[in-house]
Amino acid sequence: MLRFFYFSSNYTQMNYLHNIGSYFLMIGEMFRKPTKWSVMKHLILKDVEDLIIGSIGIVAFISFFVGGVITIQTALNIDNPLIPKYLVGFATRQSVILEFAPTFISIIMAGKVGSFITSSIGTMRVTEQIDALEVMGINSVNYLVFPKTIALLLYPFVISIAMFLGIIGGMAACVFGGYATFEDYVIGIQTDFTPFHMAYAFIKTIVFAFLLATIPAFHGYYMKGGALEVGKASTTAFVWTSVAIILLNYILTQMLLS
Amino acid sequence: MIEVKNLHKSFEDIKILKGISTSFEKGKTNLIIGQSGSGKTVLLKCLLGLFDYQQGSIAYDQKLFSSLTANEKRILRSQIGMVFQGGALFDSLSIAENVMFPLKMFTKQSRSEMEDRVNSALKRVDLENAHHKMPSEASGGMQKRVAIARAIVNNPKYLFCDEPNSGLDPKTAIVIDNLIQEITKEFDIVTVINSHDMNSVMEIGEKILFLKDGLKAWEGSNDTIFKTDNEVVTDFVYSSNLFKKVRKMYLEDHD
Repeated sequence: MLRFFYFSSNYTQMNYLHNIGSYFLMIGEMFRKPTKWSVMKHLILKDVEDLIIGSIGIVAFISFFVGGVITIQTALNIDNPLIPKYLVGFATRQSVILEFAPTFISIIMAGKVGSFITSSIGTMRVTEQIDALEVMGINSVNYLVFPKTIALLLYPFVISIAMFLGIIGGMAACVFGGYATFEDYVIGIQTDFTPFHMAYAFIKTIVFAFLLATIPAFHGYYMKGGALEVGKASTTAFVWTSVAIILLNYILTQMLLS
Repeated sequence: MIEVKNLHKSFEDIKILKGISTSFEKGKTNLIIGQSGSGKTVLLKCLLGLFDYQQGSIAYDQKLFSSLTANEKRILRSQIGMVFQGGALFDSLSIAENVMFPLKMFTKQSRSEMEDRVNSALKRVDLENAHHKMPSEASGGMQKRVAIARAIVNNPKYLFCDEPNSGLDPKTAIVIDNLIQEITKEFDIVTVINSHDMNSVMEIGEKILFLKDGLKAWEGSNDTIFKTDNEVVTDFVYSSNLFKKVRKMYLEDHD
């Protein structure tokens, strides 16, 4: 029995290592033998529409209301009269810029954009469309994954909107909820502003954008089976993209802020 | 001509192809037939370069595929047209854009030149009014015809078809068979069809390769298949009563 567990655990570790190796090989392949620019530019524009513009609505909605919730929870936890009211705005700004917009929104995007990428590439695998590209002599990884990676370079734009609307949502909740005045909130969001925090947030965002494009694409590209497996691959892609985002969030925070 | 010599292909410990040697001739419809799991699709994918093989060789017009440089392989692949079992049309592109795809990728033609080529390819498969339809709006037969149009639009030297009749009604299947045969003659190309449709075997099988358990069990044509006494072939081809009667009538007529 022990022997079985030893071998099965070794097998699992080998499988993880194999997948990690295949992932980096796929990334190398993505930059090899590029597709004609006249074709590639249309693919990039289409992916910008699907991945970036198509995500703005849900990101705006979530950011506005979560910003409001952060404000309400902060205000309700400040019951000491000696603590100035403007701290509500300060806490909201810090939470939104440092963590909520870059990380929380990226986890949501792993669900929305990630599952879209996995299922669209996975369906192309199942219906032999990727084989058709390969038979024609086209580098299918470059054709499918590269435009998504380039399109997601605009992801910081989505995160900027999330930051702005999170703070606006907090302001609306603060003022209309009567937790602090508009002036207090504005003073709060201007207090001790550190420009590097914005740089930190956008460095994280760029790294997460790369993960959002490539991990789901990897799970879609290398999937085997039929329609049921496309669904399973989407779920697996979401889990692994989230895990990678959370781990790299920790590592980057340790490197950049400590 | 495509020549295959002593081709071996395994997946881990499972041997799929066990030393296949054959040739596929120009201007003829070459059929690979056999039961499910006999290695037809694996052979086709080896020919296309989608699978690597462990032993043997494949030569396109006397040039060994394995010795071609990356650029030579790219040029060769631009001369290959492929019709996949399900069509493999790109869902996000219209029918006209699907057919135009190889031209966009491999030629430097102007938009109007490409449109002319697309129009003539779609006309060749009787789909003159389907340019703006999406693949999801097309029937199974239409999708197969679009796939054929896409495969021939760049004037290929080699045409591969993986079960072009699967899922089609008998009448549409005959239309597709005849279309492939006409295109083979018209463009004088090497056509290799993977099939287990017996109507196709009888109608267009100018050269037939019969596989069983990864081995070449028989080779011949739609004429000689009636006369063969190879039990493996007769068991498979004449498994239905209808084909048994057809064979009996043929042999009586030719005695």
